[in-house]
Amino acid sequence: MPIIEVEHVEKEFTVRRPLGRLRRERVRVRAVVDLTFAIERASIVGYIGPNGAGKSTTVKMLTGILVPTRGRISVAGLVPTRQRMRLAGKIGVMFGQRVQLWWDLPLVESFDLLRHVYRVPADRHRENLLRFRDLLELDPFLNTPVRQLSLGQRIRGELTAAMLHDPEIVFLDEPTIGLDVIAKQRVREFLLQANRDRGVTVLLTTHDLADIERLCSRVLILDRGRLIYDGDVPSLKSRFGKERVLVVDLEETAPPLRLAGARVVRVEGPRQWIAFDGDRTSAAELTGAVAAQAPLRDLTVEEPEIEDVVRRIYEEQPE
Amino acid sequence: MGDVRDLPELYVRLVAARIRAQLQYRASFAMETFGTLLVSFIDFVAILVIFANVPQLGSWSMPEVALLYGISGLAFAITDLILGHLDDFPRLVRDGNFDLLLVRPRGTLFQILTGDFQLRRLGKATGGLIVLAYAFSQLNVAWDPGRVIVLVLAIPAATAIFASVWIATICVAFWAVEGREASNAFSYGGQFLAQFPINIYDTWLRRFLAYLFPVAFVAYFPALYILAKPDPLGLPDWLRFMSPLVAALALVVAGRVWAIGVRHYQSAGG
Repeated sequence: MPIIEVEHVEKEFTVRRPLGRLRRERVRVRAVVDLTFAIERASIVGYIGPNGAGKSTTVKMLTGILVPTRGRISVAGLVPTRQRMRLAGKIGVMFGQRVQLWWDLPLVESFDLLRHVYRVPADRHRENLLRFRDLLELDPFLNTPVRQLSLGQRIRGELTAAMLHDPEIVFLDEPTIGLDVIAKQRVREFLLQANRDRGVTVLLTTHDLADIERLCSRVLILDRGRLIYDGDVPSLKSRFGKERVLVVDLEETAPPLRLAGARVVRVEGPRQWIAFDGDRTSAAELTGAVAAQAPLRDLTVEEPEIEDVVRRIYEEQPE
Repeated sequence: MGDVRDLPELYVRLVAARIRAQLQYRASFAMETFGTLLVSFIDFVAILVIFANVPQLGSWSMPEVALLYGISGLAFAITDLILGHLDDFPRLVRDGNFDLLLVRPRGTLFQILTGDFQLRRLGKATGGLIVLAYAFSQLNVAWDPGRVIVLVLAIPAATAIFASVWIATICVAFWAVEGREASNAFSYGGQFLAQFPINIYDTWLRRFLAYLFPVAFVAYFPALYILAKPDPLGLPDWLRFMSPLVAALALVVAGRVWAIGVRHYQSAGG
């Protein structure tokens, strides 16, 4: 049975829009439209889409912060808004921009207070904390007040806070935002390990597409409140990302090359970017065609980035 | 609601953590406490000024008014200590940080009360205590078990009444963006009104105070009993014992209003 079930869920907000100087009109805005999906236990799912697509509205409905206007939601066998406090004990939530830790207390004291808030038995808390200290390398700043931590240290602390009570599901909003490459890597490895060892289900929203590629077995893409893609990362790439790019360095500057089944998308001095359909033309054939027209110095093939893929999907959507 | 048996222990634990953090800066803590102490004395001086000009206020003598002031002042100071940080709640809603409280397995009101407890507000309570001591040194109260019980219950009852009004009115923030001013008009305003004998107020204000905002039950009725004073308004005697009951009722109403506010937040979005 799926751990998260969403059936025909909609969320409408009433906003007041100014009409002239004094009058205001009330407008119903649909933030989420007829959303249906299910997530299996122990999967890592990326929830992506542009700002305002309805991502955080969905997460708020799944965690019981918001009541859906229509539809049915079940999370860990509970109805989020009706059984919010019970659900809270089974989930972990981390909002990248918000501070859950006690600002002016040493990090370790926040963890101790959370143990009591979540009613975690002392021995299990000790065992969990030990594991987190090791995996996220918390020891150097465990006794530092939270306000003195660097962003990377604080995020590691927040992740620990969100997962110390052994949640079945964690909702992570932009968990790697603002982190340097090493810190991002550490957070990703940590999440993979928690998923592998403990079977934690992870739903994360992110703008960082490397997060998606490294972590997620499945991606949900949302645009203007509608689900526009639901599937794994490789098939997302093959469906929308067939176009690859051959980057060639010519011996000397030349006008854009004319090639069958390919087009030059960018020219910078002697370097040209040539887009082609990976299914119809091979990189080797294309390289031969280029070499026949102009002497080649070097070449590379760029694989499609999810960013491009997502942009392509948006472009395909009718307005 | 879930299991609530460990709430008192958790309350102490969370508040103690706040106090520990505040005591890291002893000098500033001492200064702030002294500041609040000073403010509560200035309030009392205002009462003295009134009495320098009017020896009696609606048949109440100076020490008798001091008793009203002492009970309501002490109760308000305790309320302020326990939930003064509720004033920050509208900001919590505006910033969306209220979301964080909704994803924890504890009540939202409980989390706010333990969120930013300020020990320096203890200074205000000292003022109320001194005024109360002054009142009893001037009054010849015929102490008996009944009077002791009424006085001992009057303080927590008055605290609960102030707390209820504060909670119920701050809920405006669930609907309107800036709810703090509206709420303060009731909480601070109520405390000001409770310092004086309610029979000096106009009829409509008196009705409002007695029914909608039960200020009369804060100090007026308990004081009448302790002083064995006939009610200048001629209201029935049994009202003098009703403060704890009114307080309990007010708390229930405030809790309901809060719950309605949370439901509205959840359906309207943050």
